[in-house]
Amino acid sequence: MQIFTQPNFNFIKWRWHAIALSLVVIGAGLLFMWSQGGMPLGIDFKGGTIIILRFEQAVSEDAVRTALEKMPGEKVVQQYGAAAAREILVRLPQSVQREEDALLDRDVKTATEALRQSNLGKFEVIGTEVVGPVIGAQLQRKGLLATLFSILGITVYIAFRFRPSFAVGAIVATFHDILVTLAFLAFFGYDLSLNVVAAILTITGYSVNDTIVIFDRVRENFSKMRRDSLEHVVNTSVNQTLGRTIITAGATLLSVVALYLFGGEVLKGFAFTMIVGIVSGTYSTIFIAAAIAIILSRKGEQARVPMSPAPDAPAGGARKSKNGKSRAS
Amino acid sequence: MDKNLRWRALAILAVVAVSIWGFYPPQKKVRLGLDLQGGVHLVLRVQTDDALRLDTETTMEQLREAAETKGLTSLTFAGVDPTRFKVDGVPQAQDAAFREAAIEVETRFNRESGAGGSYSFVMKPNLVVQLREDAVEQALQTIERRVNELGVAEPIVARTGATGDQIMVQLPGVANPQRAKDIIRSTALLELKLVEDGPASSKEQLLQSRGGVMPSNMEAVPGVSDTGAPGDRAETVYYLVRKVAAVTGRDLRNAKPTLDETNRPAVSFSLNADGARKFGKATGENIGRRLAIILDGRVQSAPVIEGRIFDEGRISGTFTQQEVQDLSLILRSGALPASLVYLEERTVGPSLGAASIRSGVTAALGGLLLVVLFLLAYYRLSGVNAIVSMVINLTVLLAMMSYLDATMTLPGIAGFILTIGMGVDSNVLIFERIKEELAAGKGVKQAISAGFDRVFLTILDTHVASLIAAAFLFQFGTGPIRGFATTLSIGLLSNVFTSVFVSRTLFELVLSRRRAAALSI
Repeated sequence: MQIFTQPNFNFIKWRWHAIALSLVVIGAGLLFMWSQGGMPLGIDFKGGTIIILRFEQAVSEDAVRTALEKMPGEKVVQQYGAAAAREILVRLPQSVQREEDALLDRDVKTATEALRQSNLGKFEVIGTEVVGPVIGAQLQRKGLLATLFSILGITVYIAFRFRPSFAVGAIVATFHDILVTLAFLAFFGYDLSLNVVAAILTITGYSVNDTIVIFDRVRENFSKMRRDSLEHVVNTSVNQTLGRTIITAGATLLSVVALYLFGGEVLKGFAFTMIVGIVSGTYSTIFIAAAIAIILSRKGEQARVPMSPAPDAPAGGARKSKNGKSRAS
Repeated sequence: MDKNLRWRALAILAVVAVSIWGFYPPQKKVRLGLDLQGGVHLVLRVQTDDALRLDTETTMEQLREAAETKGLTSLTFAGVDPTRFKVDGVPQAQDAAFREAAIEVETRFNRESGAGGSYSFVMKPNLVVQLREDAVEQALQTIERRVNELGVAEPIVARTGATGDQIMVQLPGVANPQRAKDIIRSTALLELKLVEDGPASSKEQLLQSRGGVMPSNMEAVPGVSDTGAPGDRAETVYYLVRKVAAVTGRDLRNAKPTLDETNRPAVSFSLNADGARKFGKATGENIGRRLAIILDGRVQSAPVIEGRIFDEGRISGTFTQQEVQDLSLILRSGALPASLVYLEERTVGPSLGAASIRSGVTAALGGLLLVVLFLLAYYRLSGVNAIVSMVINLTVLLAMMSYLDATMTLPGIAGFILTIGMGVDSNVLIFERIKEELAAGKGVKQAISAGFDRVFLTILDTHVASLIAAAFLFQFGTGPIRGFATTLSIGLLSNVFTSVFVSRTLFELVLSRRRAAALSI
């Protein structure tokens, strides 16, 4: 089976349109976040309390909300998992500013006490999460550092393996994917949690992955198509790898969609982030990364490709690669 | 069959066998994270200021004593902050005598002169660092002892965070987190102090006979009136006690549950040699007076000293049986050098953990099934090749997890699912390339060979890039996220092996048996 037979789309022609579209989406996302007072942070980063309860009888979210009326701040009460499970998640905002002021689990106790007083029937606390302000700030710092360092590490690697303008293209594409993903998280009301940050970092890897495949092909084609323009070489490379790009995205999407559907509440945000990121990553690979690389490259620039002969396949037993000669010009 | 090929096939079989042996049975060999098996995750901070304050106060008392022996009795001493105390009212004429008295203190504190016969003593910076470090280390050991006495299987107690004063405690499978939390957090500072006055119902009343002024060597300590049934909320009373304790928890040798004379649960304790000497002296000199038994700043009971006691004592009060057991445990494991505050706590009930395992496994199998169907539909027989390498990849991944004793978390299962995706990616890259080579007119064998060779570098580059991201995720991540980074990293590594080596060997094995004119791809 073949999705595309000898595809020859002129992707590069559309590069400015693609960049404009991306800017619109990202701009809308940032505007939306700004109107909401910033990216909504989960308790991992902002601090706060989450209580997961299982009720013996079915209760409505509103009934639980009413029972907790007296507690200060903005509460979130929502169904946790399938309705048949009769599980409710309650999220309470940070109530202590300094850990020393009160016991950390004060809100858990107050909330369960309030629920016990109301006539919602018996319930069981099946999970709690309380994050104080100190840890919240700490996790925020860690999450940010992890993201920045991995992007930096990948940039350095690409600059080393390919040419610097490619590295810039890959990084712009990666930032693009992160921003688009954040925009969609905001549109769909997901909070930024540790799991979501992990998903974003995975997207970073994935998006660069895709980009590298195309750049690799560009590098290979440079030596074959020395008389052609850079635009033409890049466009040919994008077309040649198009089947692979779409199929891979499709296959990975399948597994992530399974995660979204069956992975349970804890992984919902994670899976959602991955889905958006994979779609955005595929789009940016085709339209953004290559476009930026072209915009930044000058035609005269030689493909500076430091490349060692292809190493042996791992585990020793593989046959020596016949493709050992350098593909660089 | 090619000899080389036969060895490669055997090597793959060996890897699969060792892998299956490595993780089978998975229930025993794969370690589950707290989010899957249920349990408590706590991060606490050691309030190291407490340890500094205690040292500063002790030093201040030491200086007061030294000054008094030199005849300086009218000085006022006051603590300023955890590392600083002040002395006022040193007469000009006795300045030299005071400085002499302070010589010993000055090995650990810096003396600063102020105006009008006043001095400040500030703890030396290296001592501050040392005391903070000691406090955290001691707290860590104490918590370890307490957690071990709780009988939790495979607990983790470790320092964490960047500030150096945080401790992480993980208690897998603990059903009642509240009790564990209370036991860990109890300072369990036991002090036996001589009662000067009281009990009285308020501090003001307590100081009435002294004109409302608190003597500098005494303090008021709250307690419960010594009547009432266990668990009752009796009214609070105050005792006026000496500031310096006759004996503290540091002098304890053992503590165990017992009953007092009215058959209420109580804790009996025994003292070590040093403690017994101090206790004997204090009780011998004060027969007929009362001795307050103070736990964490609350008077538990204040019995009358009936005779000289050396090394045995009893703490009675309104305790339940459970409280008495916990208190003995805590006293045996030693007092915490400083109080603790909880910064983060996450509890996962066993039912929630089981549900997470269920949904994680369902998602993984669902993802696997979808990808398998996709591969078969799109690549037909070559899809079988991709599926075999993917399954071997997952097998190796599971085995490496159990060999490395890595923890499987729910995000870790997500890492499994992504590994499936990444594995398919490599296969798609290779297969698409083989198709291209076939389309370019190459024979089946040459097309396969060229496809693998050309794509190898690409696979290497993409995997290194993903590994870089995973490495930083591991470096900065905590708990479950680390589980994700671990599975993803191992999955990426084993994927290079399966998608390149295994998949290629499979192709060549099939081709070695029959001369194929066309490839089902």
